[in-house]
Amino acid sequence: MLTHAWLIPAIPAVAFVLILAFGKKLPRGGSEIGIASVSICFVLALAVATGWIGRVNHPPASEHGTDTQEVVTEHGTEPAAEGDHATETEPGTEDAPATAEEHGAAATADDRLPVASAAAEEAGEEHHSTPPVVREMKWFQSNGINFQVGTMIDGLSTVMLVVVTLISLLVHVFSTDYVAGDRRYTHYFAFLSLFTASMLFYVLSSSTLQMIVGWELVGLCSFGLIGHWWEEKPNSDAALKAFLVNRVGDIGLLCGMIILFFAAGGTFSVVDINTMANHGEIRHFLLLMASLSLITAVMSKSGQFILHTWLPDAMAGPTPVSALIHAATMVVAGIYMVARLYGVFFNGLSIGTGNINALAVVGSVTLLFGALLAFVQSDIKKVLAYSTVSQLGYMVMALGVGAWTAAIFHLFTHAFFKACLFLGSGSLAHHIHSFDFKKDMGGMRKTMPRTYVTFLIGTAALMGVPIVTSGFWSKDEVLAGASMLGGNGDGYTFALVMGLLAAACTCAYMTRLIWYVFFGEPRGKSAEHHLHENGPRIVLPLMILAFLAITSGWTNLPAKVFGISVPENLALRFEHFVEPTDTYFPTAANGFHHPEFVPWIAMVSLVAIIVGAGGAYLWYWKGMGPHGITERNRFARAGYKILENKYGLDILYVDWIAGSFKGPIAKAANWVNQNVLDGVVNAVGTTARRSGEAVYRYIDQGVVDGAVNASGAGADGAGEILRKAQTGKVQAYGAYLFVGAALLAAIFVIAS
Amino acid sequence: MKDLLNGWGATAVVFLPLVGAAVMLAIPKSEETLHKVVALTTSLVVFAVGVALLVNFDYDHGATLQFFQDKTWIEVINSRYIVGIDGISLPLIALTVFVVPLVIVYSWDHFPEPHNPKAFLLLILILETGMVGSFVAQDLLLFFVFFEFVLLPMYFMIGVYGGENRKYASLKFFLYTAFGSALMIVAILATYFLSPEVVIDGVSRHTFSMVALTEWGGAGLAKNTAILIFGGFFMGFGIKVPMFPFHTWLPDAHTQAPTQGSVILAAVLLKLGTYGFVRIAIPILPEGAKWWAPIIGGLAVIGIIYGALGCLAQTDMKRLIAFSSVAHMGYVMLGIATLTPFGINAAIFGMVAHGLITGMLFFIAGSVKDRYHTLEIKRLGGLLLQAPRMGWLLGFSSMASLGLPGLAGFWGEFPAILSAYNPGAGLDEALFRFYMVVAAIGTVFAAGYLLWLLQRVAFGTPTEEFEKAHIHDMHLTDYIAWAPMIVFIVVLGVYPNLIFKVTDSAVVHSLTALGGS
Repeated sequence: MLTHAWLIPAIPAVAFVLILAFGKKLPRGGSEIGIASVSICFVLALAVATGWIGRVNHPPASEHGTDTQEVVTEHGTEPAAEGDHATETEPGTEDAPATAEEHGAAATADDRLPVASAAAEEAGEEHHSTPPVVREMKWFQSNGINFQVGTMIDGLSTVMLVVVTLISLLVHVFSTDYVAGDRRYTHYFAFLSLFTASMLFYVLSSSTLQMIVGWELVGLCSFGLIGHWWEEKPNSDAALKAFLVNRVGDIGLLCGMIILFFAAGGTFSVVDINTMANHGEIRHFLLLMASLSLITAVMSKSGQFILHTWLPDAMAGPTPVSALIHAATMVVAGIYMVARLYGVFFNGLSIGTGNINALAVVGSVTLLFGALLAFVQSDIKKVLAYSTVSQLGYMVMALGVGAWTAAIFHLFTHAFFKACLFLGSGSLAHHIHSFDFKKDMGGMRKTMPRTYVTFLIGTAALMGVPIVTSGFWSKDEVLAGASMLGGNGDGYTFALVMGLLAAACTCAYMTRLIWYVFFGEPRGKSAEHHLHENGPRIVLPLMILAFLAITSGWTNLPAKVFGISVPENLALRFEHFVEPTDTYFPTAANGFHHPEFVPWIAMVSLVAIIVGAGGAYLWYWKGMGPHGITERNRFARAGYKILENKYGLDILYVDWIAGSFKGPIAKAANWVNQNVLDGVVNAVGTTARRSGEAVYRYIDQGVVDGAVNASGAGADGAGEILRKAQTGKVQAYGAYLFVGAALLAAIFVIAS
Repeated sequence: MKDLLNGWGATAVVFLPLVGAAVMLAIPKSEETLHKVVALTTSLVVFAVGVALLVNFDYDHGATLQFFQDKTWIEVINSRYIVGIDGISLPLIALTVFVVPLVIVYSWDHFPEPHNPKAFLLLILILETGMVGSFVAQDLLLFFVFFEFVLLPMYFMIGVYGGENRKYASLKFFLYTAFGSALMIVAILATYFLSPEVVIDGVSRHTFSMVALTEWGGAGLAKNTAILIFGGFFMGFGIKVPMFPFHTWLPDAHTQAPTQGSVILAAVLLKLGTYGFVRIAIPILPEGAKWWAPIIGGLAVIGIIYGALGCLAQTDMKRLIAFSSVAHMGYVMLGIATLTPFGINAAIFGMVAHGLITGMLFFIAGSVKDRYHTLEIKRLGGLLLQAPRMGWLLGFSSMASLGLPGLAGFWGEFPAILSAYNPGAGLDEALFRFYMVVAAIGTVFAAGYLLWLLQRVAFGTPTEEFEKAHIHDMHLTDYIAWAPMIVFIVVLGVYPNLIFKVTDSAVVHSLTALGGS
């Protein structure tokens, strides 16, 4: 299965086409195709995971890095196997890889071999390395160089495969009930399939170029799904905003990938670029520039401060989509990219030796500022959206401080509990069609008990309630990383402080949310409707996700917790299987280390939880604290206003930047076009016509005609033609043309 | 078959449209259906010949001219009838013979006023000869003749079948390009006289042969002279592309032209300019190219941003699409200006992709105009509700146009940006990297104006004016004309090697005079 992973994105891509083509004629509007395809994908993903675990436990005999790659050379011209919509137009593509020859180890006769094997010697001594399984075929050639497209399987891509397919499957099931009767039911499922295909294509990328393709395609699907109900302008506005903000980040993506392409000597290969970066074969300055450019891309796609503004607006899409795309999978594309190119970031930003860097700062700022914004929302999905922003900040921060595994582990657990929360919010709103918890919810723990329990579990995981929940283990590992990694083991203090503060904030805003939604008396629409628990297609996914919100954390228990040793075959399983051990990943020689369980951090974060949740409990349940302070106190009011206006970023982007480009700047450019550039053209025409007339009247008729009467007939003839042309511009331009040509001819004669 | 093609293939693909035109001339004007059938058949035969050429093309030797013919033409000045096809011209020939039948199909029931299918189809066929001729000609004078030959039918198409302001637009189109051509012919003559004589049949003479001139590559020519001559070519081709600031004829021509005219103009005519750079100006005058490259690159990126800003200001859908051409051709020219195989491969890909995608956008604009009788953006809205298929295709084409990966536009855009990072032949790296960043920023604008167009035209609900109007979704002719274009936009996007592998060796070969890349 490891070498046939291309099937995984190919299946939903085919499903996309099938749903578009036949969906409307099917009894369930195409959703059955979608569910079938994503179920198969999930099974295949599990097969990949099993295969990968086997490979880690029994690594291939060869220790020489990437030379065990299986490279497929392609003989036909069939565009096979690149997963995405190759299959849209080429129904025969599935067969192509079967006919392609596998050359195995011998086929890596390209330029990457020397680099890789030299690298492997060094790394192979230290630990047992498990090289990734790369399978590629020719995509195109330029300047005689072949560019490959293919799949790369390692622990990271395996985790992503499982997460994406599992959540996608649950969301599919949830959606069959949730969007039942929707005006574009079939299109909805078609886009879900396309999204799944694009995301899987992206996480399997073996080259950075392929990553760009996947990256943009998931953006397209996000655009399509946010704007699912495009009849209403706010929805299409949100879709446009998402796409455009992401495009801004894409500038960084394009530039960064281009820099890496040339820095690595003209290759897009992920393995090669990382390996070279780890071995100091790329100038540090270039790595730094590339990292900084790529961080811009991460900021847009993964909702980092200051390019996060599209993400809360993206909640205009259907809720299951928010769960799948804007919480669990697509938004982690940025995290994944950093993790995938970690050799570049780690060395470019000197993560292992420094105590502060751009990535850590971006993550730290985001995780706190995002959490603060969640306080002033009254829309349940917006709270969760800002919470997502904040949690993504944790992941970015973790990568920034060098806690690679912690970041991916948090990505993994977050995917489950955040999907659980989002789907839960969908379940709550399913009957009342409102997400406004201040106006339309309240007391829902009684009417929707199952949703309540699962939501509570998700919340506990998000807060990081110790020992039991997954969020505790992953968040704690992130914070531990911030406390002890970096140069001299001093830790990234700034990141740690921000992380702890945000942990308290997270607990507070989630407690507030729970209060408004589930406690008190029903308000607004929830009071008007006779509410009841949703059906199994909605509740079952919630239960599964809640289960995972607890258990997924046990996959990476630390080796020692408060002095208790965890058995070796239970501890750090995630790290063992997911973290790459091959040359394309930084090693201790680059300054890469692992954090351990730090008791005091666990204690402090427990205090943060108690303070945050307890404070909110006292405020809302007991009515304690300075209520109404925002009306009384000038500073409190100002602070509230700043948060309410989302730090003014929306005004800056939408009104000032976009507004001025769409309005004055574009109009000015158009004015220049019409009056200056075109003005010159028209003036040339007019002048030439006037001079033509003048020549005719004064010279031709006056001088020539007067002096040489004999040739008058000929001149008259010419004059006739000139006069007859009504617009007069033909001869004007003609004259100009002639003069110009004559001049240029003269210049040539002189110059030569 | 192979022998026949080698002897006659290139000639056939050029002149068969004229044969069809001659047949049509003999048919009375009132036989409209017959005219349509003859024109379509002709274009399909030409297409079939084109396919035969594609099939028989030796892709392993893309750099050599194939189907090559060299015959005496104008003996007195040693201008010869030299035709041949290599990897650079093949994709463009394919594009031309592919688009023309689709345009004819599309026209079937949509002849613009004043109707008269006979004249209209004649113009299209004559155009085809000129366009294909320009791509196969390997003699400068022959090229120039074809290049000019294109002007007239397009002039009439705009001037006779155009919108309200057609006279101004057609005249502007004609004279502006003719002005450029005048400078170009001077450059051609200068090249002719200043290049060394070659021996033909034992007599030593000057030559217009591009093959010979490319081999010469401006060796021994004073640098300033090369720069001046390149300047002549630059004006001729740059106006045709059109490059900022010589683009102002384009929005007028596009806006006024009938749909079919716009499609052909966007799909093929503009490429004559970029093709000229790749085929003639750069290989023959590499020294001049080096001097001009930073200027061309600069104008290209200005064009990218400027064209996008122009788009944002437009209130007319068709004019907006026209302006987007300025921006897109900016990417093509940026790729060319890098003087690297990467850049020029991307440029050729960009030409084909732009031809398909912008052609598609103009088709849709034409159909919208046909249904709503207006293209004013603020009067439109809710196209997806009233004509969902057209709305979807507008979305699809917009996405393709903004360079979404997986569709053809991406492969013209991204590699062009990429190539600017590392320009060839001693060009200023810092400057070109700056261009790269500007071009990358341009992609944001492209998304901006296209999505904004999409939002206002396709999303939302119809305006009051058209709320109750019955809007017919796609006609049969629309399906037939558009489906192949869409298929190719996807296929090329998924498997770009279809073009890259054809052009690569020829492009590398054409840059040999630059002394490596």
